[in-house]
Amino acid sequence: MSALNRNHTHNLGPAIEVSGLVCGYGEQTILRDVTFKVARGEIFFIVGGSGCGKSTLLRHLVGLNPPTAGSVRFLGAPFSEADLGTRRAQLRHFGMLFQGGALWSSLTLRQNVALPLEEYTSLTRREIEELSALKLGQVGLGGYEDYYPAEISGGMKKRAGLARALALDPEILFFDEPSAGLDPVTSRKLDELIVEIRAMFGTTIVVVSHELASIYDIADRVIMLEKQAQGIIAEGAPRTLATTSEDPRVKEFLTRGTGKVPIL
Amino acid sequence: MSDNADQPQARVTVQPGAQGCAVILAGVWRITAAPPRWAECVGKEKPARVKVVMDAVERWDSSLLLFIFEVQQWCRADGVHCDLEAVPAKVRTLLGQLVASHETSVPFDRSENFLTSVGLATQDAWKKAREIIAFVGECVISAWRLVRMPHKFRWRDCVDEMQQCGAMALPIVSLISFLVGLIMAYQAAVQLRQFGADIYVADLVGLSVVREMGPMMAAIVLAGRTGAAFAATLGNMKANEEIDALAALGISPVDFLVLPRIVALGLMMPLLALYANCVGILGGMIVALGVLQIPPAAYWIETQSIIDLSDVNTGLFKALTFGLLIGLAGCLRGLQADRSAAGVGRAATSAVVTAILLIIVSDAFFAVAFNILGL
Repeated sequence: MSALNRNHTHNLGPAIEVSGLVCGYGEQTILRDVTFKVARGEIFFIVGGSGCGKSTLLRHLVGLNPPTAGSVRFLGAPFSEADLGTRRAQLRHFGMLFQGGALWSSLTLRQNVALPLEEYTSLTRREIEELSALKLGQVGLGGYEDYYPAEISGGMKKRAGLARALALDPEILFFDEPSAGLDPVTSRKLDELIVEIRAMFGTTIVVVSHELASIYDIADRVIMLEKQAQGIIAEGAPRTLATTSEDPRVKEFLTRGTGKVPIL
Repeated sequence: MSDNADQPQARVTVQPGAQGCAVILAGVWRITAAPPRWAECVGKEKPARVKVVMDAVERWDSSLLLFIFEVQQWCRADGVHCDLEAVPAKVRTLLGQLVASHETSVPFDRSENFLTSVGLATQDAWKKAREIIAFVGECVISAWRLVRMPHKFRWRDCVDEMQQCGAMALPIVSLISFLVGLIMAYQAAVQLRQFGADIYVADLVGLSVVREMGPMMAAIVLAGRTGAAFAATLGNMKANEEIDALAALGISPVDFLVLPRIVALGLMMPLLALYANCVGILGGMIVALGVLQIPPAAYWIETQSIIDLSDVNTGLFKALTFGLLIGLAGCLRGLQADRSAAGVGRAATSAVVTAILLIIVSDAFFAVAFNILGL
């Protein structure tokens, strides 16, 4: 299904359904009984302090680590309980931007973006090259197609990673700490890009972050994780949570400990 | 050597009085300077009460806290009253934190008893064995996919790797093989000359190089050169989340990264071994000519008379196996690497050790098997 004709799909049920998910590595449990839903076309943030398990949850959502218990469903179809072949087929409908961009260092930016297209489409080489250049242009990297990842800055690497994540016109996009290591202006531009992608393609977007500026600017809804609680302690729109939540941990995080919603 | 040699030092004076002694601290207290010791200051005196005064202190840091803490501990042990009333409140607060951390910080004991260590080592060995079996299984499945869908295979990466592990390794393989042939011929010449059997140097060098030393030397060079490179590259990719990025796209890292490397090594190793055989024989020929005055033509005819095709094939089969083993060890260790710079280093070392171990073990196995089969 092309992302371009996927607008106004809110009545199709949630994009992501997570129920009773238990995440951990080996014997160690990080999160217990995580349950939430993400509506189609929503910009959804997973927030919380350092070490609370945000990135762990994301890794378990996309199957990079197997959950200890619980289930994940994407677009109505079971994912975490499906066999490897089915999961790999489903993964083609997602895009993921890793913290450092995770570009394949031996390939140019164009080749990085082209790889998913080569693997999963029957387009000709010429078409793939044109499409790769288009995706790189969309994230503001026109003219850098033949650069290697080592030759560009951290912010550009993230944008190139985003272009690669967009290559297959995904229905769900995952971002792991998109603003980590970026200056405020670059970070803000990346936020604008996220909003643009949603507006243009109706993509469901899940972001792991603890950047308050991004959370207040673009998040429709957030869940907040907490280390001691080993799970979700709050869910809702960020400004509503900041002003109405009774939980001091939520209030402290969303107001940076000042008790007031920051003016951003 | 202290860079504060010219600065005023910390001073401690103990003034005995009617109701006990006053400990007067003065000067500049720096953590980088040698601190005064309370035991030396107090000597053998046993006052009933100790009062700490620090009005004459010009500057202080943690060294002053440690000194007062030492005084406190000494007082507590000897049942002496320690009066800190004259000490500023700020110092008393910090001292309170020091006392609290001293009492609550229990050293974490990481030692294990013998049985626990054996149990954990067994679990670890079992886990590693399962990982190896799973990895080999994945490679076999991936190879089967390659046979069914060769157009999906990343031939370009494979050719790049073939250049890296084959053509680029020629100089070092040439040097090592030449020298090994030369050394063996020298050793043989010294012994065989005593019996007038000079010409058999060609037999000894030819057979040893073709059946054993050619493939073995090429394999050891490639284990150090290519096996380590595979582990370092894959380990680094893992640390940079590049492997996760493949998995998140539903692309198998074994198909994408491992198989092209193993196929490249599997194709290049027999060719390198064949080349190493020729260079090794050349090394022997030069010693025979220089030391034993055997003409190259005679040496070559003797070599041809002793080596038959089955010897060459045996060596090439071994080389193919060694190539696959080096590729498997390098890629496995790379994918198992910890996500850190030290992890990548350990993976490279481990890849070389594993590959050499596998080469020697498999060679011993071949020696027995070929003997039984009469090859």
